[in-house]
Amino acid sequence: MNPGTEGLGNREQKTVHSGDEESRSQEPVLKTVEEIKAAIEAAVPGAGVEFVSNPSPSAQPSLRLAPESAVAVATFLRDDAELAFDFLSNVSGVDWPDKEVAEKVKVTRTVTKTVDGPDGQKVEQPVEETVEETRKHVEPGFLEAVYHLFSVEKKHGPLVIRMRTANRSDQTELPSLTPVWRAAEFQEREVFDLYGIVYTGHPDLRRILMWPEFKDFPMRKDYVDPDDFEYEPTAHDEVLKRAEEHKGREQGSGIRDQEAAAK
Amino acid sequence: MSVVETKAEKVAGWNRPPVIEPDGEGELLEVAMGPHHPSTHGVFRMDVALDGERVIRLKPVFGYLHRNHEKIAEGASYLASMPYTDRLDYFCSLTNNWAYALAVEKLVGQQVPERAEYIRVILAELTRIQNHASSIGFLIQEMGASGTPLMYAFKEREKILDLFESLTGSRMMCNYMRFGGCRVDVSAPWLDATRKVVAGLPAFVDEFEALLSTNEILMARCQGVGILRPDLAVNAGVSGPMLRASGVNYDIRKVDHYGFYDRFQFRIPLGDHGDIYDRYMVRVLEMRESIKILEQALRELPAGPIMDSKAKIRGFRPKAGEAYGRIEAPKGELGFYLISDGGSNPYRYRVRPPSLINLTVLEDMCLGHNVADVVLIFGSVDIVLGEVDR
Repeated sequence: MNPGTEGLGNREQKTVHSGDEESRSQEPVLKTVEEIKAAIEAAVPGAGVEFVSNPSPSAQPSLRLAPESAVAVATFLRDDAELAFDFLSNVSGVDWPDKEVAEKVKVTRTVTKTVDGPDGQKVEQPVEETVEETRKHVEPGFLEAVYHLFSVEKKHGPLVIRMRTANRSDQTELPSLTPVWRAAEFQEREVFDLYGIVYTGHPDLRRILMWPEFKDFPMRKDYVDPDDFEYEPTAHDEVLKRAEEHKGREQGSGIRDQEAAAK
Repeated sequence: MSVVETKAEKVAGWNRPPVIEPDGEGELLEVAMGPHHPSTHGVFRMDVALDGERVIRLKPVFGYLHRNHEKIAEGASYLASMPYTDRLDYFCSLTNNWAYALAVEKLVGQQVPERAEYIRVILAELTRIQNHASSIGFLIQEMGASGTPLMYAFKEREKILDLFESLTGSRMMCNYMRFGGCRVDVSAPWLDATRKVVAGLPAFVDEFEALLSTNEILMARCQGVGILRPDLAVNAGVSGPMLRASGVNYDIRKVDHYGFYDRFQFRIPLGDHGDIYDRYMVRVLEMRESIKILEQALRELPAGPIMDSKAKIRGFRPKAGEAYGRIEAPKGELGFYLISDGGSNPYRYRVRPPSLINLTVLEDMCLGHNVADVVLIFGSVDIVLGEVDR
């Protein structure tokens, strides 16, 4: 029997009431991010939380969690009576590739200069001189996951928490927060799909937007489109030229690559 | 991958859908509903495992409309993404514009003049009304009332779209908001036409409700079907009318105080049961509240500029930093997360799509119901695939 027919007639049609007064009475009381950091450190010993400032006028600083203790911290944030961040709104991946940083360094060195001697003649003399030199070094890249938390109960937020992976190639694991907030289920799948962050402890980590056989991670900054997507049935000069440039780069994510692999 | 066996059972401790065991008679049937199925509102697939008529597993499959909107936006300037946000939830392009404009305004600390905020509120509430009306129309159509109720909704939607067209130049792809204001000012004739349409809306909602709310078929098929518990709704990040139909009092218009919503008298309808009928009812009552907001906003619309004089259009380069801005879109919480590295393009551009996240609980709501109810439960979520897949 259809479950709905039983209730027919013995239920008020307008089952809806207004939550207006309730929402007016609760003014948002949010601790500052520094206070939240202190509360986390008191509750989760050795949490390794780091304050990340945000120079934008948005005034949304964030907390960087250590991946090892992230689930414990997240559970605390959700279950603490005062914080009560019960609503995970947004999960976002960010790619930070390796970048070459040029740094200006002041270097003192001794150079020989011609100066006026005491008797009016030119004399060569060693002089200490400070010059600016540009030195370059490579900062290793990483993948980052950013979570925006709100509280439905206390009506405050956002609290921004973030985690980063060790690198972009072989150590891209982060703990999944899906056991804490179910809202992360599809969003973490999307971050895995598009950025390649592997969430440990995620119940159903599969590609969500791209097809399962797809190899690469399209949202990464160094992603290059495959040369043989199916919308280009006839390779024309431009495509062939591009393919020539990409020779040697491992692709394997285009339609024809997959067809070839299937054979 | 088979629907019946998923990895979901291997991880403990998450708020997972209940496991429904087949009754042991007969074989399980796996059905792919979609991607080309009239009830999926686009291209979307649900892989369901059926025990007779009963759904015992359901896995949504996305991505048929994926075009990597976020990547494209990272390769375009801030303003160039504004028309592209129209294509996310193409029923509600003006609220998409607003959410994006709000996030960028947070990123650069941009103020918006009073008149522009009023215009934004008017357009957002008109958008809400036409979205709710047509989503109810589609829901009724999926119940088998083919065409007529949907056309009643579309008749009213058409009047609102005509207003959008005369103001912005386009019925659906409006591309109207700008960082710090709006693109063109509203004219006196447009306001008169809007007042006329708004004056006709209560009669439309009355008629719509008289035809539907006590309809026996609607009550029989919606009451007690697809129940969503409030604790699960909050934990799963469900937002918008779906969250409020489960009785959770959370409306971003009241919580975040954006866009002068503080100045208007309106109430937030909440459901008691969290079933399809409550979702229907919350949408009807939200339309009535939106009409109230519209009447007040149209009455109090102040004179003044529609763009902030300090707003920068050429050479728009926000300082390095990040911002998350969100609004109460008709389908739920629509948010934009932006990271700037000081350049003219966003370094990271993320859309928080309410349609996708509201589908997290689809399996939970559908399990144990007949396959015919899946169509209704899915319809009551109110999604647009342009936003789900991005």
